Amino acid sequence: MSYGTESNPKFGEYGGQFVPEALMPAIEELEDAYERYVLENEDGFVDEFRERLADFGGRPLPLQRADRLSERYGRDVYLKREDLLHGGAHKLNNALGQVLLAKYMGKERIIAETGAGQHGTATAMAAAHLDLPCEIYMGERDIVRQRPNVFRMRLNGSEVNPVSAGRGTLKEAISETMRDWAASVETTHYVIGSVVGPHPFPRMVRDFQAVISEEAREQVLEKAGRLPDSVLACAGGGSNTMGAFHHFVSDDGVELYAVEAGGSSLSVDEERGVAPNSASLSTGTEGVLHGARTRILQDRDGQIMESHSVSSGLDYAGVGPELAHLVDTGRVTPVTVDDDAALEAFHRLSQEEGIIPALETAHAFGYLHENYGDLGEIVIVNVSGRGDKDLESVIEETSEREIEGAPEMDVFQGVGR
Amino acid sequence: MTRANSAALAAAFEGGPAFVPYLAAGDPDYDSSLRYVEALDRGGADVIELGLPFSEPIAEGPTIQGAVTRALDAGMTPERFFEFVSDLDVSAPLVCMTYYNLIYQFGIDEGPEPFVERSAAVGIEGFVVPDLPAEEADPLREACDEHGLDLIFIVAPTTRGERLERIREQVSGYLYVQARLGVTGAKADVSDQTSESLDRVADWPVPKAVGFGISTGEQAAEIVAGGADGIIVGSALVDIVAEGDGEETVEERLEAKARELKRGTEKGFEQRTPRAERP
Ligand SMILES: Cc1ncc(COP(=O)(O)O)c(C=O)c1O
Repeated sequence: MSYGTESNPKFGEYGGQFVPEALMPAIEELEDAYERYVLENEDGFVDEFRERLADFGGRPLPLQRADRLSERYGRDVYLKREDLLHGGAHKLNNALGQVLLAKYMGKERIIAETGAGQHGTATAMAAAHLDLPCEIYMGERDIVRQRPNVFRMRLNGSEVNPVSAGRGTLKEAISETMRDWAASVETTHYVIGSVVGPHPFPRMVRDFQAVISEEAREQVLEKAGRLPDSVLACAGGGSNTMGAFHHFVSDDGVELYAVEAGGSSLSVDEERGVAPNSASLSTGTEGVLHGARTRILQDRDGQIMESHSVSSGLDYAGVGPELAHLVDTGRVTPVTVDDDAALEAFHRLSQEEGIIPALETAHAFGYLHENYGDLGEIVIVNVSGRGDKDLESVIEETSEREIEGAPEMDVFQGVGR
Repeated sequence: MTRANSAALAAAFEGGPAFVPYLAAGDPDYDSSLRYVEALDRGGADVIELGLPFSEPIAEGPTIQGAVTRALDAGMTPERFFEFVSDLDVSAPLVCMTYYNLIYQFGIDEGPEPFVERSAAVGIEGFVVPDLPAEEADPLREACDEHGLDLIFIVAPTTRGERLERIREQVSGYLYVQARLGVTGAKADVSDQTSESLDRVADWPVPKAVGFGISTGEQAAEIVAGGADGIIVGSALVDIVAEGDGEETVEERLEAKARELKRGTEKGFEQRTPRAERP
């Protein structure tokens, strides 16, 4: 069990703490709690976290060899099955860690933002499990796209607050949660959902997610007898990416691919301030958003652009500062997969492996499909979540396209509307 | 008693308590906004905080978010903002309130210097940057010192200990004392966090202006009587802009509201200073 050992607010030029003064004391308090409980295991925090990840979360999770994909692509494809984590996505690793930390800190209330609803669901579950009241902010557009998750949050006893600003997606939900926090900071912990935001969030969330690569590294050594040639993970904010990469970063022979949402196009509509993608590592520029200096989608003036992806969980104009740094130093390769290819991969994985992936995850499989020849003999794909939450979106999006191998869509028209 | 780079800002606080209104530049459109800011000047503004709209205003409540959105939709940009400042005909010194990304992205050179240089050239006297805490402020602070502008910091009700010291070392022009936790927005009462916050900074060598939630002359009087050197009012004025013209025009109502708030500060000052001791 090895967590980071330092609490430096920067990753190269990236990171930092760009937040309103009212939040700074809370961030310093959190920094202190992170160092004591997470890095130094004070009061046995890490032991309790591990135990709950096992008993409540279901860890460790398998590294499964995907036989038909391996055959199709002529190499060993292994799947890290985060979709089997309680709640259906990697998000619980972080949510459980932070809600538990809030409890150790004596906080009385939990707030969080969510895009795909997976982080909101995980936080609502962790809050119910640990008996803390919880409110979740979610963009109106995402509420429509992700109804099953909204209901799950409510079932677990959380309030869901719709956010109508902007395009009603993750960016707006994060801003709104920060506003709530600025008013309630003395009693409330903000469980941020990815490796983004002001220090110490990017490090802390990475540490909670690093269990993915910790397990995967041991498992691949055991199953394949050596380290993989490449690891693929989809990147929205970048938490499953950083989690899947962390313990491989110092293994120079392992290529790390962060697969971003190429949306409908990689070009940008400067006039309307819209990027029809969410590829902030591949096409973004350096700037300050939501508390950190990182790579963001912005126009020439520095206004943040509206992003787009068929998957709500990738639909964000920023990305974690550590991931941006690893890209700048050449350790991580950023790549993109567009909406169409992600949908095709969604259907392919469902049919060939009996695993319905989240639309976010499907981007990683889209990249595998298009570029397997460059990925070496042993490839690990991080299955960041399962796709049950996406079925309504997939019915709608599939009906608008010709997708090889997709079920006949006519029968499903109108379902879930 | 004043640590300031800008003589105009220092002077604004010398003659008694200052009334500092805020409006978002370009809300709801360029030409109306020019007239609205000038109405505040006529109504007695001592310093005007002009918002340069940013797409993610995380420190603002719904009222100012609305203003920012209207201004952006009407085409406000940093370039247009500088034009706007040049076009304004006001006697009060101007402070630019914006978020760090806009300052940082301006110009070809990386960093805040080109933005500060340009601001100085059009007559801006200082900056309020709500998402730039003292820890991250060195580059902007240095550029401000070089160009003779002030960097105004916000002290929140939660600010204590070492953080207070760090801000005290950095602040110039005036200190923005945040009256209550949360985001901007007009409130009906004066928070009791205000006097505690003022007490913590009482001996600092800059004037203290209190903002967040003030909307009436009575509140202004109460806050100045409690020891503030000025009051900052944003949302209550933006509300008037958002309502639009009615029986009276927005300009008329803004000017009247400005007079009410300015008179409030004067009344508060009289209550504070016993007659015999007044100069
Ligand atoms: C299944 C799944 N994968 C990936 C993501 C993207 O987030 P991150 O990049 O932080 O892993 C999400 C976000 O909601 C998700 O639900």
